[in-house]
Amino acid sequence: MMDGIINSNLAKHLPTMDLVNNRSTQHNIKVWFKAARVQDFPENGGACVKYKDLQIAVFNFSRRNEWYACQNLCPHKMQMVLSRGMIGSVQGEPKIACPFHKRTFSLKTGECLNAEECNITVYPVRIENGYVHIGFTA
Amino acid sequence: MSRVIVVGNGMVGYKFCDKLRSRSKEHEIIVYGEEPRPAYDRVHLSSYFSGSTADDLLMAPASWYVDNNVELFTGELVTELNRENKTIKTHTGKVDHYDYLVLATGSSAFVPTVEGVERHGVFVYRTIEDLNQIIDYGKKVKKAGVLGGGLLGLEAAKALLDLGLETHVVEFAARLMPRQIDDAASSVLTHKLNQLGITIHTNKNTKKIAGNGKLEGLEFTDGSSLSLEMLVISAGIRPRDELAKVNGIKIHARGGVLVDNQLRTNDESIFAIGEVAVHNNMIYGLVAPGYEMADIVAKQIAGDASRQFTGFDMSTKLKLIGVDVASFGDPFGEAAGCVPIAFQDKRNGVYKRINISEDGKYLLGGILIGDASQYNIFHQMVVNKILLPAQPESLIIGTPGKAEAEGAGVKSLPDTAQICSCENISKGDLVCQVTEHGATTVDDLKKKTKACTGCGGCTPMVNDILKITLESLGHKVKKTLCEHFDYSRQELYDIIKVKGIRTYDILLSTIGKGDGCEICKPAVASLLASIWNELIAEQDTIQDTNDRYLANIQRGGTYSVVPRIAGGEITPSKLMAIGRIAQKYGLYTKITGGQRIDMFGARVDQLPEIWEELINEGFESGHAYGKALRTIKSCVGSTWCRYGVQDSVSFAIFVEERYKGLRAPHKLKGAVSGCIRECAEAQSKDFGIIATEKGWNLYVCGNGGARPQHAKLLVNDVDTETCVKLIDRFLMFYIKTADPLTRTATWLNKMEGGLDYLRDVIVNDSLGIGEELEMEMKELIANYHCEWKKVVENPALRERYRHFINDDDQDSTLSFVELRDQKIPVDWNKKTK
Repeated sequence: MMDGIINSNLAKHLPTMDLVNNRSTQHNIKVWFKAARVQDFPENGGACVKYKDLQIAVFNFSRRNEWYACQNLCPHKMQMVLSRGMIGSVQGEPKIACPFHKRTFSLKTGECLNAEECNITVYPVRIENGYVHIGFTA
Repeated sequence: MSRVIVVGNGMVGYKFCDKLRSRSKEHEIIVYGEEPRPAYDRVHLSSYFSGSTADDLLMAPASWYVDNNVELFTGELVTELNRENKTIKTHTGKVDHYDYLVLATGSSAFVPTVEGVERHGVFVYRTIEDLNQIIDYGKKVKKAGVLGGGLLGLEAAKALLDLGLETHVVEFAARLMPRQIDDAASSVLTHKLNQLGITIHTNKNTKKIAGNGKLEGLEFTDGSSLSLEMLVISAGIRPRDELAKVNGIKIHARGGVLVDNQLRTNDESIFAIGEVAVHNNMIYGLVAPGYEMADIVAKQIAGDASRQFTGFDMSTKLKLIGVDVASFGDPFGEAAGCVPIAFQDKRNGVYKRINISEDGKYLLGGILIGDASQYNIFHQMVVNKILLPAQPESLIIGTPGKAEAEGAGVKSLPDTAQICSCENISKGDLVCQVTEHGATTVDDLKKKTKACTGCGGCTPMVNDILKITLESLGHKVKKTLCEHFDYSRQELYDIIKVKGIRTYDILLSTIGKGDGCEICKPAVASLLASIWNELIAEQDTIQDTNDRYLANIQRGGTYSVVPRIAGGEITPSKLMAIGRIAQKYGLYTKITGGQRIDMFGARVDQLPEIWEELINEGFESGHAYGKALRTIKSCVGSTWCRYGVQDSVSFAIFVEERYKGLRAPHKLKGAVSGCIRECAEAQSKDFGIIATEKGWNLYVCGNGGARPQHAKLLVNDVDTETCVKLIDRFLMFYIKTADPLTRTATWLNKMEGGLDYLRDVIVNDSLGIGEELEMEMKELIANYHCEWKKVVENPALRERYRHFINDDDQDSTLSFVELRDQKIPVDWNKKTK
């Protein structure tokens, strides 16, 4: 109960810690996963991408022509929902708000911005030939 | 660097680690805790009975200790101490060396030596393990008692009540909480607790715990007895001083480790903090002084010995079983010449006592029962010796308009006034953050000072201080939506309407900045819906998740589905249709409070199919997901009921059909009752209609929820047409002027002029806007559409209802368990931490 047991069903969908934790480490990327077409994603919103056993939330900030990706799991109540949250910014920093209890996380650093939740893992995104690609280190 | 061992991982022990680590990264911190889990919040222990889990109560998750480089050993009891070698030994035989030792072992429950305490069914109330035992045993019995009517005893009584047991409290003294409150206060509290179902027995000296193996009851010295199946003893605390005692550390005659103003024991490498420490003949059984001790010792070990512990104000405010209880300063007026002023209202369960100095100039202390909203300001008046007004009685029998008086009260406080006692933050600290460091929101203050982050009790005062300081700097304190829009909701309503803006994006580009956020997006979405009533699914990503998927998100991430059942009237065949569809998709079904049927557990990809079937059966969206009109509840009225004087069902259906889909700053609920017996509970709704012999009485601005409020009579005996016209005006006026997420009750409470003003605008048309409001409502009604019908018929919109964008798989993490022959999601607290 107290020593960090995570529901085993969820555990396999959690990114391992050696995955990219910020966008500056793009040179470690081994796989650029071709997820879906740009137009499949909603404008100024997110969708969930499946990569192997992982669930990745991908966000299209069309207003600023930027893309971000993070784990789909909100660490607060261990719910696979971040992709359904509202995107936004705080002082310019792009963020995602969990639809359950509005915990917000920076999409640049993964840091929780309004509570003492643990960080979430963020992934680099690049657009090539009209397709959204997500970068993984493994 | 030096090695600090903390013995005990309770609230104070944890706080010490937190404080030391925030001052020094170098010190090694090692903690030994006897209990199997890390420090948890003992103050809120009774919430464990009403649904909190052990994890919810944790002060910090296990990962905190790792992240902060604090080595924590749980389930490890320190049994030996060698002061010469500066080592300790645990029950597992492990030996560890320290430079400083901090005893934070706390206390255990004091169990009096009464015959029979060893019987089955007798418990103490101290740890989560105790609670688990109480919960287990509580399942087998019906009638339980608490021995001890102090603070903790009443907490324990609340716990027993939450277990559904007949609950008794037995107190030796003549009154409850004898250390905090007086006889009159106890009598009001007793009355209130009786109403809640707790029986209080005072003046009872327990002679014997009767029974045969198992406890059967209590026998008292006055010859009376009380039969019980379970007993929780809460008769005080006993400091856990065993380790100190056998190793030559000085102990108080009645137990507890003696400390000086530095919280040092007679061994200068050993400190004691919290409930194990005796300072100046006092044991401090509250958490705030314990935190203060932790802070002082952390400072010293980090090299700053400037602060001393010189005693602590035992003023306290808490909610006991839902009843405010506060005692501050000198509650009993023991100072010479002190004069008490008291106000007692047993009917409402309110008692207020203030003790005034002989010269009438100062407040010395007092007691508040039932309503402790003035506690903060009274407490500050005592601590800071604020001059009393000429008629001090006005403080407790004052007029409403309390908020204003309290704001002014904050103004009169000196900068040294302590506002947040958990983190020891003064008014000056807060003011300085505003004037020197540019804080402009309560969030800024929270972040910079940690005020409000402990018990949260100081939040109203912090708010007031922020407001008056900003005003004193010449800032106009404006209610803006968030950092992206410099306007209030009402201003945005006008801008959207006048400029004819139809999308969030255009609004943001025109008058906003940044990318928006989870506050302004749904607020603007609601405004756009209230003004234009266009399909919200067209702008799905600015909606809260419920509005985005037109369903209510539930634990586990599935959704619930509520079709409209206007007025709660439904044909048997439609009932069967719901049954058939729920069965087909394996949904959990429940009747809602608003007389309709909720179907839970639908995956996001199933929603369009389910709705397609519902629509084919003649159902429409119930808008249960929106800040919109929900239901109009009705009683069966004159069609069937022998008492009914009007056809309340027909009227309820008419009203619900009229306003269905109407979006508002918050959800809207209504009801129609067919006679004065009020079976539809119309007076608890945003608008409620009660039939009279002559027509209808219209009530407005009631709500249930966390702070229930009865609706107020707007007009009486009006005909149906007038009634509808007035509701049109009322709802439109609310939609146009209320702040985001403000129910009608709060909206009215904040309205200058209150109900009289509202009646003037709505009924007497004092602003001359009546017709305009009716026209606007007419347009909204004309624009009604069933959102789900639009989605079901539109393949592009349907396409959005899938879990993965790149795969047709479902979310494999969804998991359910069975409860009473239906499915429910796996408890998410079992997934976290």
